[in-house]
Amino acid sequence: MSTVQHPVIEAMGVARQQVPDLHRSSWEPRALRNSLLTTGAWVAAILASVPLFSVLYMLIMRGGSRLTWEALVDLPPAGFEMGGGFGNAIVGTVVMVGLAALIAVPTGIVGAVSLAELGPRSKLAEAVRFAAKTLTGLPSILAGVFAYASVVLLTGTYSAPAGALALSVLMLPTVILTAEEAMKMVPRITKDAAYGMGCTRSQVIWKVVLPTALPGILTGVMLAVARAAGETAPLLFTALFSSYWLIDGVRIKLMQPTASLAVLIYNFSGMPFENQIELAWAASLVLVILVLFINVLSRLIGRRRV
Amino acid sequence: MLVLLAFLLWQIGRKAWPGMLAYGPSFLVSSTWDVGRGQFGILPAIWGTLYSSFLALLIGGFFGVVMAIFLTQDFLPPRLAVVFRTTVELLAAIPSVVYGLWGIFVVVPAIRPAANWLNAHLGSIPFFGTTLSGPGLLPAALVLAIMILPTVAAVSQDALRQVPYRVKEAAFGMGATRWEAILKVMVPTASTGIFGGLVLGFGRALGETMALAMLIGNSNQLSLSLFSPANTLAALLALNFPEAGPREVQVLMYAALVLLAITLLVNVAGGALMAMASRGGKK
Repeated sequence: MSTVQHPVIEAMGVARQQVPDLHRSSWEPRALRNSLLTTGAWVAAILASVPLFSVLYMLIMRGGSRLTWEALVDLPPAGFEMGGGFGNAIVGTVVMVGLAALIAVPTGIVGAVSLAELGPRSKLAEAVRFAAKTLTGLPSILAGVFAYASVVLLTGTYSAPAGALALSVLMLPTVILTAEEAMKMVPRITKDAAYGMGCTRSQVIWKVVLPTALPGILTGVMLAVARAAGETAPLLFTALFSSYWLIDGVRIKLMQPTASLAVLIYNFSGMPFENQIELAWAASLVLVILVLFINVLSRLIGRRRV
Repeated sequence: MLVLLAFLLWQIGRKAWPGMLAYGPSFLVSSTWDVGRGQFGILPAIWGTLYSSFLALLIGGFFGVVMAIFLTQDFLPPRLAVVFRTTVELLAAIPSVVYGLWGIFVVVPAIRPAANWLNAHLGSIPFFGTTLSGPGLLPAALVLAIMILPTVAAVSQDALRQVPYRVKEAAFGMGATRWEAILKVMVPTASTGIFGGLVLGFGRALGETMALAMLIGNSNQLSLSLFSPANTLAALLALNFPEAGPREVQVLMYAALVLLAITLLVNVAGGALMAMASRGGKK
């Protein structure tokens, strides 16, 4: 619009005299302060990104140099031994995160269905939502303390299921909250159409709401898995650590201390042996790649929905 | 879900009960931790938790808020903004144990010369009272700051975006410079949300375990010095649990309960502030 008006004003010969000098000297105190702060913000933003690049650089330099096939499939070395790897820790992490997902995902989705569909405004739903939000901020070590109290003390041994329980406590709130969000996004009209065709409530939930919300739910699950894979604290005294394979021949022995990547990094980082420290870096690299991969994947799934 | 939360409280509470009976409130204010003589006190751990988290909040909060301003107030072409935003999000995705490893081998050697210089020249100020020999409070707080930065940045970004664009336009229309608009109009308007983000970041820092267990030095002493080793509740749990006897387990459960109480309080406060902020935004 202004471009249309301009020539007219110009033609009236008014504009040029009335518009004051809009040029601001960049040395005027206010302008100076402005550009100083802008520079400051740039510096701060770049400083804040330094750690990430430093972490990645160290991971690739120190971890990458040690990352061989041998490191991926061998058992952890003892004291002065050379070589070795963390194959059992990879297996342990995958098994425990898988078990945790088996516990947390169905529970979480059922919980979310009841939150989103059955009574979103009820007192109970409000309370559950509050509990879930509070649990998101739960220090991860407390999940470990909980699993220790309820599984380790009961069964008398450190075990993979105990670790999985601790991880599932951490996954559950994320799964519930994201799944609920996803189900709320399903349009009212779609549901009404299904009801109009004579569907029962459970049919609507099973055949309409869940499939429509699936990408959103998956995103939540993936994020929860990524978080759980990186968690160390809850595993420290539930799954402990072990230098042996979880799978012995054909039998899977779950009720024994189980290795995980995160705990391996923690244990090895404090050791005085160069070999172990190198392995810790390599394991970190594997773990970060795993976690970032899942993160990116979840983002891709989430984006397709939009 | 509710059942889970209740069950969690009940389980930890039940295990902590004997410990609580035996040691009572003096547990919270005594500072000896001696397994042999059966004396336990967690005052240094509580102090260390609050002190390190507070330091982390100062650093991480500042950078987080600046980052949020930087990303929302049109400083960058959209494509570059996406790069920075992804960077911050990736910071959040890296497991804390990896940060711990990085802290041991990168941060500690990097700041040791500076720390020791400060101690040599300004040793009379209590903050610089000791030398940094290895793990200590400052490296732990630095790493913590990096870990809470994404939380603070994400929440503050949301808060800043909720400020109606018209408000900013009005400020510009009155001749404000960009930073005058940001500092005097945008930030005050979004302050509730930003504050909520800071509180949530504080909650995260309180409960963070691994990086601290690896970096803080695990020593039970009360000290103002930034360079001395210290302890936190979460690190105390992580380090002592695997080899704890039955008596110690009770005590550790008690400590866990204290940690739970502190973090729940902080998180609920943060959540309430955020709820307040979004209600204000919708008005």
